[in-house]
Amino acid sequence: MTIVLRDITKVYQMGDNIVNALAGVSLDVAAGEFTAIMGPSGSGKSTLMNILGCLDRPTSGSYSLDGEGVAKLSDDALAVIRNRKIGFVFQSFNLLPRMSALQNVALPMVYAGADRHSRLEKAAHALALVGLSDRQHHKPNELSGGQRQRVAIARSLVNDPAIIMADEPTGNLDTKSGNEIMEIFRDLNNQGRTVVLITHEPDIAACAKRVVHMRDGKITRDERN
Amino acid sequence: MFWESVLIALDGLKANKLRAFLTMLGIIIGVGAVIAMVSIGMGVRQKVETSIAGLGSNLIIVMPGATTPSGVRLAAGSSTTLTNADARAIGREIAGVSAVAPSVQRSYQLVYGNQNWTTNILGTTPEYLDVRNFAVAAGTCFTNQDIDTRARVAVIGKTVADNLFGDVSPLGQTMRINKAPFRVIGVLEAKGQSSMGQDQDDIVIVPLTTAQERLLGVTWLQNINVQADNPEVIDKVQEDITVLLRARHRLQSGVPDNFTVRNLAAVMATAQETTGTITLLLGNIAAISLVVGGIGIMNIMLVSVTERTREIGIRKALGATFNNILLQFLIEAIVIGVTGGFIGIGLGLAGSYAISYFAGWNTVVSPLSIIIAFVFSVMIGLFFGLYPARKAALLDPIEALRYE
Ligand SMILES: Nc1ncnc2c1ncn2[C@@H]1O[C@H](COP(=O)(O)OP(=O)(O)OP(=O)(O)O)[C@@H](O)[C@H]1O
Ligand SMILES: [Mg+2]
Repeated sequence: MTIVLRDITKVYQMGDNIVNALAGVSLDVAAGEFTAIMGPSGSGKSTLMNILGCLDRPTSGSYSLDGEGVAKLSDDALAVIRNRKIGFVFQSFNLLPRMSALQNVALPMVYAGADRHSRLEKAAHALALVGLSDRQHHKPNELSGGQRQRVAIARSLVNDPAIIMADEPTGNLDTKSGNEIMEIFRDLNNQGRTVVLITHEPDIAACAKRVVHMRDGKITRDERN
Repeated sequence: MFWESVLIALDGLKANKLRAFLTMLGIIIGVGAVIAMVSIGMGVRQKVETSIAGLGSNLIIVMPGATTPSGVRLAAGSSTTLTNADARAIGREIAGVSAVAPSVQRSYQLVYGNQNWTTNILGTTPEYLDVRNFAVAAGTCFTNQDIDTRARVAVIGKTVADNLFGDVSPLGQTMRINKAPFRVIGVLEAKGQSSMGQDQDDIVIVPLTTAQERLLGVTWLQNINVQADNPEVIDKVQEDITVLLRARHRLQSGVPDNFTVRNLAAVMATAQETTGTITLLLGNIAAISLVVGGIGIMNIMLVSVTERTREIGIRKALGATFNNILLQFLIEAIVIGVTGGFIGIGLGLAGSYAISYFAGWNTVVSPLSIIIAFVFSVMIGLFFGLYPARKAALLDPIEALRYE
């Protein structure tokens, strides 16, 4: 089991208001699985994803990633895990605007401590995997939305992580670009990588082998296609 | 990782060149001002020191008349308490004295051909040249035999030679001092202006006895210039002279001295203290602008951190640790400090050169002030960059990513 979540809760305090964004989530994801998480807006999908991606810590519950308990790790330890084990793809791409596509893709390797030469080599390779070899020196604002998301996927791949996580990766894209992106995720999964993604669209979820439904911070249904 | 952070920081600065430069400006002006101001202070100090040293090394001057505690000499110079015998006694009886040169002086008109010139005629012994750092450029000085015979010979300064003799070689010429004929036997090497702006070459030196008896008609002295063997014995020699002269003048204890013994080392120390204070004052005023520059760095860094919250969030999401982010922003601040420091050093050097060139002030750029100003600017970058950098490094990745 790559991901083991047990009774994860996440509570936000907004003044007197207490928001139970996650109200006891238990979930196992095996290595090589392709899981989609669906649910209405505000059901806690992003909250769950941020915890899965080690960007955030649960209020309570345990999370073991590759057999290592990560719920209580320090900020810096989580940063290292994000860098080595997880590739994160955001809905809004989150590329650095001043850097070229190649430099953006190479960025995680800067924090992995790789030397410049191997960084650029691997970044170029990752860009080739998403079909953007001819756009290496373009800035994000010189690329289409679909191309930007492919750059972001290349960036999530560059450190060769076991798990790729994506929070509505096609949310800002038209159907055609969205399908291309899903094609890439499917390829990645076929190569053996674990993929977890959030989506609103049933079409997209249909690409996954497993669909987890959420509502009000809880898992309501867990079905395999 | 360190060099990566340097490159990332440089990149961040390049993205906003004008802002980086304006931020630097505070440091540039601060460092430049420190270096230029300290160079003015050091210039004053050097000028005072060389002119005091130019008077003669290890010099003690004995003058007639008392000194009040406030340093005002009462009736000094007009007093007649110092004699040739006193001068001889100092040379004979006090240990650690290498030369004694008693002197008198008064202003007279010189005449040569149809030229005339009014200047100070100084009567003294040949030792005077050594004691007061004069050297003969052409001809010779008079001898002790000339003193015994009250010879009418004179050694003249450069200014006198130029004004009285013009193109004629003064050596061997006869000029008149107060109508009496004197033969010029030597010309002094030029010494330039003293610290008080006096022309030290506007002088005629004649044998002591000649001046006393043939010109002034007196038996007393106006000055006894004493040279000590070395700086260590100066204070001792000064004390011994006081004791000796009090005994020779038969002063009861409780009666104040009727002479004054001045030690140039003490004068020098006072002058150094004063110029040191001036330097410190100028440097401090300039240092304030350096601190103001530092606050400018902090201000801009805080703006920059806020502006780049999302970038920080992305970097953290991709695995940047606390130290990675801290270093990135700290180095940005230090680079501003260092670059500003370097440009400021250039500005300071140019400034102190311009001051000496256009205002004619003596300026001395001390390497120490450069090093201190530079280290200071790095420290300011570090100090004022630390808070914004820490703020950036402590950002929560999720919140930073959500920042619009
Ligand atoms: N930082 C926060 N502070 C307070 N409440 C929060 C915070 N983040 C999320 N929430 C709340 O937690 C709940 C779940 O939010 P989450 O972003 O996980 O929803 P989501 O399922 O991703 O919705 P969407 O499909 O619209 O993206 C929401 O009610 C939201 O208001
Ligand atoms: Mg969401």
